[in-house]
Amino acid sequence: MSAIQPNADQLEPHPDLALVDKARQGDVQAFDVLVRKYERQIFRIAQHITQNREDAEDVMQDAFLKAYEKLSQFQGNSKFYTWLVRIAVNESLMRLRKRRTGKMVSIDEEIETEEGSVPRDLADWAPDPEQNYGQTELAEILRKTIQGLPQGFRIVFALRDVEGFSTEETAETLGLSIPAVKSRLLRARLQLRERLSRYFRQKKGGEK
Amino acid sequence: MTCTEFLALLDDLIDGEVSCETRAELEKHLRDCEHCEVTLNTTRKTIEIYRSHEIYDLPGGLRERLHAAIMERCKKGC
Repeated sequence: MSAIQPNADQLEPHPDLALVDKARQGDVQAFDVLVRKYERQIFRIAQHITQNREDAEDVMQDAFLKAYEKLSQFQGNSKFYTWLVRIAVNESLMRLRKRRTGKMVSIDEEIETEEGSVPRDLADWAPDPEQNYGQTELAEILRKTIQGLPQGFRIVFALRDVEGFSTEETAETLGLSIPAVKSRLLRARLQLRERLSRYFRQKKGGEK
Repeated sequence: MTCTEFLALLDDLIDGEVSCETRAELEKHLRDCEHCEVTLNTTRKTIEIYRSHEIYDLPGGLRERLHAAIMERCKKGC
């Protein structure tokens, strides 16, 4: 019998559970499948938090190693992926602490701002505004814009809207209440919208 | 419904988490309020753009290097 039970509300066990079971018995190839499946997401999340490529590389490596080491502690109450993301988020925050020696870093940082609560730039966007930029330029705009968000908003937006976590999963992963996730998500979305408007707003006649 | 009330329900509307009754009220507000319509459409677009563009890509070479390092350590039992 499998050591890990699926969630009661799931009819079929998640396919990751079989791989986790095998990996726990020392099957490195099974763990390899999990690494390949989630490495991009973990790297992306680490980049969103640390905003530093070198740190994100280290976090990705450390998060997978820690997950392998702690596999016996994985209870199967949550998805393997959300458990893994929780490890990556903690590793990322630890990495930030190291960079800012002595300064506490948490997901509650820098959120005391009212900016973006009320939309100010109400100009409509051009149709398909991203078509006005090349891929590299667009990626740079998107990176610069999201990097300007307070950390506590950025992480919630990244998990909820980029990685497709539910509100409940985001709350569980970050150790936040559901109302806190909802409030941060709304403000993150509105602030990003406001900031992107500078690039994407519809040009008026004669405007370049 | 005021614009502030509309804004408070913006996320629920985008995420499809409103009741039929609330949705009807929100849609009624949208018919008369261009500002909220622009806010809704451009917020939706914001999410869509971030979802569909990879802004932090993991290059193949680096991916393989990290992957090999992880596997090496795991084989040794971390």
